[in-house]
Amino acid sequence: MTAVLSSPPAEAVAEAPPARSRALPVVSHLFLIGWALLTTLPLLWAVLSSFKSDNEILTSPWSLPSEMRWANWARAWNEAHIGRYFLNSAIVVTGALTLTMLFGAMAAYVLARYRFRGSRIVYFAFVGGMMFPVFLALVPLFFVVRDLGLLGTLPGLTLVYAAYSLPFTVFFLTSFFRTLPTAVAEAAMVDGCGHFGLFFRVMLPMARPGLVSVAVFNFLFQWNQYVLPLVLMQGAGAERRWVLAQGLTALAVNEGYRGDFSGLFAGMTIAMLPVITAYLIFHRQFQSGLAAGQLR
Amino acid sequence: MRGKRLFIAVFLLPPLLLYGVFVVSPYAQAFPIAGTNWSGLSPTYEFVGADNLKRLLGDEYFWTALRHNGLLLVLLPVVTILLGLFFASMISVGGRADRVGVHGVRGAGVYRVVYFFPQVLSVAIVGVLWKQMYASNTGMINGFLRGIGLDGLAVAWLGDPRFAFWCVLAVLVWMNVGFYVVLFGAAMQSIPRDLYEAALLDGANRLTTLVRITVPLVWDTIQVAWVYLAIVAIDGFAVVQIITDGGPSSSSDVVGLRLYKTAFADGQFGYASAIGVAMFFLTLTVAVMFLRVTRRERVEL
Repeated sequence: MTAVLSSPPAEAVAEAPPARSRALPVVSHLFLIGWALLTTLPLLWAVLSSFKSDNEILTSPWSLPSEMRWANWARAWNEAHIGRYFLNSAIVVTGALTLTMLFGAMAAYVLARYRFRGSRIVYFAFVGGMMFPVFLALVPLFFVVRDLGLLGTLPGLTLVYAAYSLPFTVFFLTSFFRTLPTAVAEAAMVDGCGHFGLFFRVMLPMARPGLVSVAVFNFLFQWNQYVLPLVLMQGAGAERRWVLAQGLTALAVNEGYRGDFSGLFAGMTIAMLPVITAYLIFHRQFQSGLAAGQLR
Repeated sequence: MRGKRLFIAVFLLPPLLLYGVFVVSPYAQAFPIAGTNWSGLSPTYEFVGADNLKRLLGDEYFWTALRHNGLLLVLLPVVTILLGLFFASMISVGGRADRVGVHGVRGAGVYRVVYFFPQVLSVAIVGVLWKQMYASNTGMINGFLRGIGLDGLAVAWLGDPRFAFWCVLAVLVWMNVGFYVVLFGAAMQSIPRDLYEAALLDGANRLTTLVRITVPLVWDTIQVAWVYLAIVAIDGFAVVQIITDGGPSSSSDVVGLRLYKTAFADGQFGYASAIGVAMFFLTLTVAVMFLRVTRRERVEL
């Protein structure tokens, strides 16, 4: 596959030198547009299918919808409970993100700026969490959450999301707080600012660019989480508190059996649009935030 | 001084408590539980350490799943990194080469934005979407094949043990390539243009410049990419569970799914933990092997 893909530009270059400067961009664009179609067509297909009737979906997967059937969206939102799952996701991620950023910044700030006995151990305890596969923790985590009475509850999931976001957040923010100038901190202390005031009024505002990058990364990590809700949102009545990822896959199974394909595609589109929209507006922050997260 | 101590305690204890309860304690408990025959239903269990290990070594389902993770571990990074490097270099140096220098293609920013789409979508959406894409009657792929008259190629992609694993691999590549295009693209930005111009003047073609100039200079980034893709390959759980659920007849099973089913479908929590410990050592082995293989002189500019 790769051999086929990488040879044409080389051949294009191997031709007579004057031709290459014009041929190469064309070849580049052909490949680049090819992959662009490969990434966007499935998404477009899902959006278009969300307006079709089931009959249209079954008979002609490639045709356009004959009319805009918004009823599919209403059915997915209300009857298939996508609206409720959406709200649950929003509640959990808002809470978890707030908790992650607050706790992560607090721990990272102390670890970066204060010397005390055991600070290295605490730092490595936090950062070490990045190296373990989450599957190792899955079984005991289920029982820890169950024994605290938090199984199948939104607060339980919120706490777990925040806890598993801490390793990377502490790691990233510790190195970020170290880069902030000490002169400002000293000046503030001389002016009578306490430790708490220094953190909330001087350090947090100065650390804003770093906080935004980590927040974007954590938002995507938490919003897109799959295995944690699958394991932790079990038990009687838990399906009322499912998050979007879980609700959508359940919908895929159920609607597949019932044959309500248009409702499924509508649910998928509803789940897809907010993140894609946010991404199109803030694509720079998304890309740098994710890159920062990946380069840990 | 007392104020400082109080401050450190107030700032460190809440995060440590949260982290200790939900992260450290489960990881620590996983190892002792892995040595038991705990079923989770009864509070009592026995220590059967060696039995779980023996059972694991003789468990053909586990080995099948492990083989799939091994295949992913080799193929996913190789294919994704090659495609990522290819598209990234097309974007950043694939444009005109004239007297002024080597250019990127027009619309480079648009490509970077579009390629990133699958990366921001949740893995659940990607899984559900591709399950529908592969569907034999209603799917877009078979719809396309029938549309251009290749009805013979329109097969039951996910229902055929020969294809299921490759369908999963294709989805994993599809969702990851865009990120590496952006990552490698950023690394290539820092390579001075005149290196390419000098090489092209000396008669090197574009493939040679890619292999001889670009790859050595972005080697650090390729290493990072490899680590991250290895993590994706050892996991693979969500995509597999949603698209094929490991089937048909475990032809696309992975270790994470084995663990999940052993624990939460069969209720064998002790044995599932043993699978988790195996996964942990697998990760560790891969990390060590990786450090050995990629130890290579950095090229400094």
